[in-house]
Amino acid sequence: MSVRRIDPHVERIRRNRLHPRHHELARPAWRWISREGVVRIDPHALGAIGTNGIKRIDRSGAAVEAQPLTLASSSASDERGPSRLSVVIDEPSGLVMVVPELPEGRLSDHDRDLFGLARQLAAGHDMAVTAVTFDSTVNALEDAGADRWIDLSMSVEGDTYDPEARLAALERVETNLSPAHWIFADAFPGGGDLGRRLAARLARHDADSARPATRVWQVAAGQSLSRAGDRQDIQRDVPRIVLALAECAEPVSETHHQARPVTIETAATSATSATSATSATSATAVAAGIVDRGRVAVDPQEIPLAQAPFILSAGRGVRDWEGYHHAARVLGASEGASRVAVDDGNMARARQVGATGTFVSASCYIAVGISGAVQHLQGIAKCQRIIAINNDPSCDMVKRADLAIIADGDAVLGAVCERLGQPGAGVSAASEPAAQWQAEESRHVAA
Amino acid sequence: MSPRESNANVKTVALVSSGRHPVSGRAGRAREDARAVEMGLALVGAELSLVHAGDPEDASLQACLREYLGMYHGLGDDGDGVLSLLSMNAEDDAVPLLAAWLEQTDAGLVLTGQRAECGEGSGMVAYLLAERLGWAVATSVAAIERCDRDSVTVLQALPQGQRRRLEVRLPCLIAVDGVAPPPRQSAFGPARRGRIDIVTDLVPASDALVDVGRRDWRWQPARTRPKRLKVVKSSNARDRFRAAAAKSSASGGQVLTDLTPEQAAEKLIDYLREEKILGKETAPSVSEKSSATDQ
Repeated sequence: MSVRRIDPHVERIRRNRLHPRHHELARPAWRWISREGVVRIDPHALGAIGTNGIKRIDRSGAAVEAQPLTLASSSASDERGPSRLSVVIDEPSGLVMVVPELPEGRLSDHDRDLFGLARQLAAGHDMAVTAVTFDSTVNALEDAGADRWIDLSMSVEGDTYDPEARLAALERVETNLSPAHWIFADAFPGGGDLGRRLAARLARHDADSARPATRVWQVAAGQSLSRAGDRQDIQRDVPRIVLALAECAEPVSETHHQARPVTIETAATSATSATSATSATSATAVAAGIVDRGRVAVDPQEIPLAQAPFILSAGRGVRDWEGYHHAARVLGASEGASRVAVDDGNMARARQVGATGTFVSASCYIAVGISGAVQHLQGIAKCQRIIAINNDPSCDMVKRADLAIIADGDAVLGAVCERLGQPGAGVSAASEPAAQWQAEESRHVAA
Repeated sequence: MSPRESNANVKTVALVSSGRHPVSGRAGRAREDARAVEMGLALVGAELSLVHAGDPEDASLQACLREYLGMYHGLGDDGDGVLSLLSMNAEDDAVPLLAAWLEQTDAGLVLTGQRAECGEGSGMVAYLLAERLGWAVATSVAAIERCDRDSVTVLQALPQGQRRRLEVRLPCLIAVDGVAPPPRQSAFGPARRGRIDIVTDLVPASDALVDVGRRDWRWQPARTRPKRLKVVKSSNARDRFRAAAAKSSASGGQVLTDLTPEQAAEKLIDYLREEKILGKETAPSVSEKSSATDQ
C-alpha cells in the first residue's frame, strides 16, 4: 500500500491563481452546468485535501475552479452568464407575432417584456414566437425569446416614418401566416400607432376578433387586464391584437431560442410584379397620405428636463459659469444642476436634478463638479450612462459613474470646447448668458 | 407666420369627450381633447366646430361639454361655440355616427385627443374613423405648423422631447399629444352662450349601433400595478448573497486619473462619439486609436 504523498510545490501552484502553471495543475471543476442546462456535481472532485491529509470543502468560492476543456471550448455562450436551456420549435401549431420598438436599433426593456408576454401566450400551445422587425441589423433576438424572425426592412425605407408602408407589410404577413396573436408596444408614435392601424384595418373584415386590447399590463389564465379610462381595468379573454405596456410580463431569462429567419414568398413578388392590382393601387394611393419631412432641430434647453436625452449638470465644483453655459451649447446638451448650484443662485430652480428637483432619464448624463449626494443619485437613477468630472476621486459620483475623469471641471469643459472648434473663453459677452438665464427663469415662473 | 393666417378655409372639427381629473376624479375637460380644441381655435378661431357622440339626457355630460364651449374667448371675432351632440346610448358604438356626421358636414381637418379619459379609452376612434372614411391619420401631434388647401404640416412628438415634421394630406384626422401647448381656461360666459345642438336620425335605425364586443368584459376598479422586484438569477448562493449585499451604486466604471485637461477632454469626446451621443462633425482626434486600446 502506497502512502499518499503531497507535492508541496504543486499545492502551492494550485493555491496561487497567478502562477503561470496554475491552469495545468488546477483540479477539474466539481460542479458544472451541462449542455442541457442541468447542474452536474462530481462528488469525488469536490473539495481539496489539505496539507494535514484531511479533505476540506471550500464553500466560500474563493478557490478558482478550472472549467473542463470540453465545456470551455464548446460554445461561446457558456462564457457569459449562466447557460440557457435551448428551445427548438420545428413544427409550430401557430404563431405569436411580436413587433418590437427597437429604439436606436436595439431591443429595449419594453421589447423584452413583450417577448416575455408572447412566450407566456405561446406556452402550452406549441406556438412559435415570431419577431417582426423593420430593421435587418437587430441582434440578441435569440436570447429575447424569438423562435422565428421576419425581417421586413426591404418593404420600408430605412428610418423614415411611413406607417402606411409598414401597415401594408404587416398586412401581407397577416394574410400569409394568419398568426394567433399580434403583440405591439403601446407607445406613441411607434407600436401604439402601428398596432392601432393594423387593428382598424383588420376590423374591416371582422370587427369583433380584431378589436385590440390596449394598455395591457397583465395576462393571467387566458385573461388580459387592460387599463381603461377613469380608473377602471377591463378583464377579458386575450384578443388577437394586444398593445401592451412596459413590465407587462417577465422577460425571458432562462431559455435560448433560434430566431430562425422566415421569408414571406409573396412579399417580393407582389412588390415587384404587382400580382394583385388592388394591393398595388392601394399602396400607391396611401403613399401620399403621410410624408415624413425629417427631424426638426430642437433647442436642448426647451426640452423638459425629465425627458432630455443628454444633460450637462453642474455643481459646487464649477466656478466658471459662462464657460459651463458655453460648453452646454457646444455639446448640444440640456443644462442641469445640483441643489448647491441652485441655492447659490447660479442656476434656475427648474434645472435642479434630484429628489427635490427633477428625476431625469437621460441616456447620457455628465456631472461636472458634483460629488453625488444621495438625493442627487436618486434623481439620476434612470440614466443610462453617467460621466463624472470631479477633483475628488473618492466621491460617490465617481463610484456611480461609468466613466470618471479626475480633473478640474472648468478646465476640462474649456478644453472640450476648444477641441470641438469653439473656444469659449472671453468670446461670449458677459451679459448674454445672464440675460438668457433670466429669460428662462421668468419663463419657468410663468409656466 | 402663424398657422391661423396660412389656413385656407378648411372645415375644422374637434372631437371632444368628457374627462376626469387624474387626482380628484372630478368631471371636466379631457386634457388631450382640450389641447386639440386649443389647437383648432388657434388655427381657425371661432369657426371651429365641436362634436361629441353621447347620451343627450345626461346632465353631467352636458356640463362637461359646456367647458369646451367656454374656451371660445379671446379670438378676435365674437363667435360663440357650437357643439353637435350626436344622440346615442352610452353603450353604443360612436364610430358610425361620427363617420356619418363628418361626411355630412364635409369636414376637412379633424382634431382629437389621443385617448379618452372615460370608458374604454383605447384610442381607437381616430383610427377606425380614418379607416372607414379612407382618410389619413397622424398621431401624437404636438403642433400644427401650416395648413393649406390640400395638406397640413404638423410636428409629431417623439420620445425624449424630439420632434418630427410630417406633411399629411387632407382630409385627415389628427390625434393631439399631451405635450401640445396647454389649453386656455374655460370661461363661464362663453360656456353659457355656446350652443349644444342635439343631432338625431344620422344613421338609419336598422343599423345595429350597440357595441356587442364589450358584453363579455368585466370592469373592475384599477389596481395598482405591482412593482417589479430585482431578482438575481443565480444557482450559486454566494452570488445571490453578494448581489443582495452589494451597494447598488457601485457599478465599477472606468476611472481616469492624472490627466491634463486636454487629455481628459479627448477621452471625454472619444467616449461620447463611441456612444453616438456626439456626431462626427469635427475631424477625429489623433489619439483615437490609443484610446480604443485602453478600453
